[in-house]
Amino acid sequence: MTELMAPPDHAAVDAAWRRVQLARHPQRPRTLDLIPRIFDDFIELHGDRGFRDDPAIVGGPALLEGRPLMVIGHQKGTDTESNIMRNFGSAHPEGFRKAQRLMRLADKLGLPVVTFLDTAGAFPGPAAEERGQAEAIASSIKLMTGIQVPTVVVIVGEGGSGGALAIGVGDRVLALENAVYSVISPEGCAAILWRAPEAAPMAAAAMRMTAADQLELGVIDGIIDEPGEGAHTDHEAAARAIKRALLEALTTIGATATPELLTNRYARLRHIGTYTEDGAPAAEPELPSLRHRIGRILRLPGVPRRPRWSEVWPSGEDGPESEDES
Amino acid sequence: MPIKFPFSRRRSGPTDAWTKCPSCDQQVFNKQLERNLRVCPHCGHHFRMGIGERIELLLDEGTFVERDASLESGDPLGFADQKPYPDRIEAAKVKTGLREAAVWGTGAIDGQRVAIGLFDFRFMGGSMGSVVGEKIARCFEAALAERLPAIIVSASGGARMQEGTLSLLQLAKTTAPLARLDDAGVPFISILTDPTTGGVLASFASLGDAIIAEPRALIGFAGARVASGTVGEDLPEGFQSAEFLLERGFVDMITPRAELRSTLSRLLRLLPVAPVEAIEPEQGQHAWGPIGVLSGLAERVGGAVSETIGIKVEPDAGGSGNGDRPARSSGAPEPATTEDER
Ligand SMILES: [Zn+2]
Repeated sequence: MTELMAPPDHAAVDAAWRRVQLARHPQRPRTLDLIPRIFDDFIELHGDRGFRDDPAIVGGPALLEGRPLMVIGHQKGTDTESNIMRNFGSAHPEGFRKAQRLMRLADKLGLPVVTFLDTAGAFPGPAAEERGQAEAIASSIKLMTGIQVPTVVVIVGEGGSGGALAIGVGDRVLALENAVYSVISPEGCAAILWRAPEAAPMAAAAMRMTAADQLELGVIDGIIDEPGEGAHTDHEAAARAIKRALLEALTTIGATATPELLTNRYARLRHIGTYTEDGAPAAEPELPSLRHRIGRILRLPGVPRRPRWSEVWPSGEDGPESEDES
Repeated sequence: MPIKFPFSRRRSGPTDAWTKCPSCDQQVFNKQLERNLRVCPHCGHHFRMGIGERIELLLDEGTFVERDASLESGDPLGFADQKPYPDRIEAAKVKTGLREAAVWGTGAIDGQRVAIGLFDFRFMGGSMGSVVGEKIARCFEAALAERLPAIIVSASGGARMQEGTLSLLQLAKTTAPLARLDDAGVPFISILTDPTTGGVLASFASLGDAIIAEPRALIGFAGARVASGTVGEDLPEGFQSAEFLLERGFVDMITPRAELRSTLSRLLRLLPVAPVEAIEPEQGQHAWGPIGVLSGLAERVGGAVSETIGIKVEPDAGGSGNGDRPARSSGAPEPATTEDER
């Protein structure tokens, strides 16, 4: 029988809800507040090359202590007008497709990727649906699981569900002390499970969405301390703390060989979750070797490679000889 | 030894009763509904199907062998709303006869072997937590290892709230193997049934090499209620239907249930697993493209590669193995070759 924990008491509910409010604080530093304070240079690139530029996600190449990388983040507004322009940081599909484009560019040039997560979630409206919101999130996730460059994710404010995870798969996932990360907003969870939106603080506590909870669950790797009463009180100090954490993370994983990096990233995702098997707690899952993937790229002996058309569809005896690798 | 799938006799309701079709309001005799693959004989409405019925519909008789049946959920958060999470799971088990919301195994379609995973919406709305994510990931990994086409029949409201972000991360856990199927030349066919929404649609289900939807299935990122409530506007007619997605280009085809098996069989012939050819080691060849950086790295850090992927790679001359950033970036022109079949 599973051991049950008591429902969160009042103090726990209050504490969880206070974090949610800090994570949503209107003066909390946004991606575009942090970038100039962390990086030496940055040029924003715009557009998904298919539909439009989504201002809810920003990104482009930047220099960290003189070294180039790609930075991508959700962008909430700072007042009503900019929040409307930024759609409150809730991206449409073209926002995620812009992020994908920038990640492919980083992959092409060997630039590490740094992402800043701060969104209540991907936009759920009809315009987002008809342009394939689910597909955009899914393909962003898939891309991030396979890019061959080090990737560091920092949850700076709200890590809201699929819209956050779409740019949130990394080799290191860090969170600011008052950031939160959840599968659904506490309001949404309360509406569905408690049938009462005012139960949001209860839902926030039940989902264990604080940075400390996420560290305990193994979803994130580290917590970045915030200055004073929270990051909103001192953007400079918050940026300095993030910069230190980025340098440390990139120095560590930047020294990892690419095949190992990809193996570790895959293993990291595969280990997330709790279950029993044959009545016993899960053993370490046996992971398929990366030899297959790397072997195809490196052309290792004995590893199959993707065939040419001539192998799938062999020609007759009088057909042209299939040319082999030179 | 193959185990007979235990749920094949399980039906969704008593057979001597009538069901009212939600589409046309006609009363349909349950036996007739089952004979008709749970499609309304009057209007063609596709009722939801259980896993056992779905297996009977799609696979050659007696070929399904379930794997990893013993996986069961824990309660990582100690989650309780009005009811503790473990109680909800127990209730779902009793209601469905299943241990979780998804089942996976191998089987055959007209003699063509496949790795197939199936959802049952009746088990907590087909929601994906740790166990469902693990089963889907293992299904894809088996498809990779055994070079079998992968098929997932989805019916899910999305990620399971009661496991919090552990459920959210199942989106990444189930999607990561797909990049490997791409590399290995193994196809994945995604079948979307009523309803497929939320985190399942926002992960592997949207990424099939071919995507088939059942007629008039509800398919969307946000539940229609959420979408409407959030944006406070009326939704367009037919919004989030299979037909809407076909028109917008997010599914390949809408296939009536009676044709699903034959369509799958044809697709498996048309999209075969790529043939395997062992390649010979090649001497002195370098590739420095975006992909080729790997070879550069492999040569520089041969030891690490051998450990990681169990092969021997000769370290190249000048392999310093240092560097806190991956190869290239030196500014000096790299020894380029044109060789790159990708
Ligand atoms: Zn009907």
